[in-house]
Amino acid sequence: MPAVQETVESVRRIDVDQYKYGFETLVESDKAPKGLSEDTIRFISGRKNEPEWMLAWRLEAYRRWVTMHEPTWARVDYGPIDYQDIYYYAAPKKKDGPKSLEEIDPEILKTYEKLGIPLREREALLGIEGTDGARSRVAVDAVFDSVSVATTFKEELAKAGVLFMPISEALQKHPDLVRKYLGTVVPITDNFFATLNSAVFSDGSFVYVPPGVRCPMELSTYFRINERNTGQFERTLIIADKGSYVSYLEGCTAPMRDENQLHAAVVELVALDDAEIKYSTIQNWYPGDQNGRGGVYNFVTKRGDCRGPRSKISWTQLETGSAITWKYPSCILRGDHSRGEFYSIAISNGHQQVDSGTKMLHLGKHTTSRIISKGISAGRSNNTYRGLVSAHRRATGARNFTNCDSLLIGDHCGAHTVPYIEAKNSSALFEHEATTSKISEETLFYCMQRGLSAEEAVALVVNGFVKDVLQQLPMEFAVEGRKLISISLEGSVG
Amino acid sequence: MPLLEIKDLHVEVDGKKILNGLDLLVEEGSVHAIMGPNGSGKSTLAHVLAGKPGYEVTQGQVLFRGEDLLALRPDERAARGVFLAFQYPLEIPGVATFTFLQTALNAQRKYRGEPELLAPAFLKRVREVAGKLGIPEDMVRRPVNVGFSGGEKKRNEVMQMALLEPRLCVLDETDSGLDIDALKIVAEGVNRLKTAERSFIVITHYQRLLNYIVPDVVHVLARGRILRTGGKEIALELEAQGYAAYQEEPV
Repeated sequence: MPAVQETVESVRRIDVDQYKYGFETLVESDKAPKGLSEDTIRFISGRKNEPEWMLAWRLEAYRRWVTMHEPTWARVDYGPIDYQDIYYYAAPKKKDGPKSLEEIDPEILKTYEKLGIPLREREALLGIEGTDGARSRVAVDAVFDSVSVATTFKEELAKAGVLFMPISEALQKHPDLVRKYLGTVVPITDNFFATLNSAVFSDGSFVYVPPGVRCPMELSTYFRINERNTGQFERTLIIADKGSYVSYLEGCTAPMRDENQLHAAVVELVALDDAEIKYSTIQNWYPGDQNGRGGVYNFVTKRGDCRGPRSKISWTQLETGSAITWKYPSCILRGDHSRGEFYSIAISNGHQQVDSGTKMLHLGKHTTSRIISKGISAGRSNNTYRGLVSAHRRATGARNFTNCDSLLIGDHCGAHTVPYIEAKNSSALFEHEATTSKISEETLFYCMQRGLSAEEAVALVVNGFVKDVLQQLPMEFAVEGRKLISISLEGSVG
Repeated sequence: MPLLEIKDLHVEVDGKKILNGLDLLVEEGSVHAIMGPNGSGKSTLAHVLAGKPGYEVTQGQVLFRGEDLLALRPDERAARGVFLAFQYPLEIPGVATFTFLQTALNAQRKYRGEPELLAPAFLKRVREVAGKLGIPEDMVRRPVNVGFSGGEKKRNEVMQMALLEPRLCVLDETDSGLDIDALKIVAEGVNRLKTAERSFIVITHYQRLLNYIVPDVVHVLARGRILRTGGKEIALELEAQGYAAYQEEPV
């Protein structure tokens, strides 16, 4: 069928080899020797001038890690990772900490400019323009290969009492706060990759919102993997104290690579009584070339603890990149009347593989959760939704609504759904709806007959398909999100 | 120059011959009815004109305003003014009718080098057209054809036709599945669109629709070809006698 083949071809032509963010920055970097050993850990901890207890924590994780085996149950295929053939630390060389943006290596600033990140405070004040020209306020903590480069808006946040800084800095200025919460949502024993992260994590964001405070702006962090063979092991910890609110957005890009790059991050969220954390991700790591070579391995552990009653945590993700995505942002619904939400758009194309989903663990009484997952597969990719909804036997009145839909484009891709539902309390009410559909030739022809090109038609249908989830993204980033979806599916940039 | 000229068109679907040397001439501003028994190729003709994949033209030519229509993609044909009112209109979940139409219209305008129509101006047009067709405004906000009844879907097709302002409207068995009242509304909508530049090809099995959309010319399509061309009286004849005469091989 000619027209369908055309569409499939144009979708195949996607961006795969024209990855917009594929370039390197030539910066001298300060690297730990390759490989992983207790010495590497000491090197990392020493470089960062960490307190004793932090080093001990890392070492305990490392010793645990060497006894563990890499898990193989996911529906993803990849060659063996040589953990000794990776640099676990790379920081751009600098004299002391930067006191102003002028002190930062201009190459790095140029990189962030290319990526479109508003590093300069004035630019950040002007903010990202929404579709109606509205300017918003986003504070940015830019991470460049393991070290946070600059943090903007510190003063404004400080006025509100909000702490937003690299975790390495938090360990210097607020060590007790970090120690109180670190590892309480994702313990060092949790899983192979989280344990590895606990041993070698380089940097990440630390956020603390004091009681009753509504964080005055969106918080955001951009990541970038630059050095060959450097895995990114960032660690993020966000604490929303009683009655507070914070919205955080994580967005990633990476340059082109031949070797696979491991990205094993850990994100821990803690929401106390009546607090709310909204965590959004736009993920656009390099997906590999059109032969399926290279690309980032995104093996992430993300978990939120609704620790206090009436607390709420929501995860929103738009995943379009990575060669392999393996993550389950989850919620532990511990507090009574707490609520967890998971909204996801996962697009896979070329030879990408996705095994993603969520876990909603209902522990407290009258807890609720909502899962809306939209998977779009194209090319020769495979896209799996894996979800767990469980109610503890004492979780009276647990409620869940799950809707997972898959959309297939072309004949060579796969969509899979693996739902686990465990209700150990008889008053639990769990609803699950799932659909799998293909963008039919008929639908495409109908759109084309009205004047839309094949690409425009696919974009239109896909936009309709993901609408419910897209509107969950913070407004400032919904525009970028829609653009990213079009780019991933339209075969041309911009 | 005639609006549409089809010369000796031969079309196969999955290796099976459906159209077998079809000729047709449609002048600007005229209404042609094409009637025929089931399987005669009526829908095939409609789809070939619109450019649906899966139809192989093995011989023949189609000129639209003097241009080779078969060399163009479906969206290019649309931008040049070809509109097909589907017999079974498709649903597009999550995409509001308004958004769909605005996107389509602007895609066509862009192709033709015309300025795009912004939402407020377009909304005004939509309200006018929808009002005349008795389409409530909230229906325009709903996803395209999702949950619409048969009659509502056909009315939606006519609304799209009115908004896209095509040169050639091909109505593929628009009357199928409609009761008299719905039929009347659809017919009125079509009649309101008649101009000196616009032509209609009304494909139907039954004579009834032609009481409301009165044709200038009636053709009988059977065994893959136009076997007879004449005036309205053909329709009445077919109503009385059926298609039997056209099914037999000539001696």
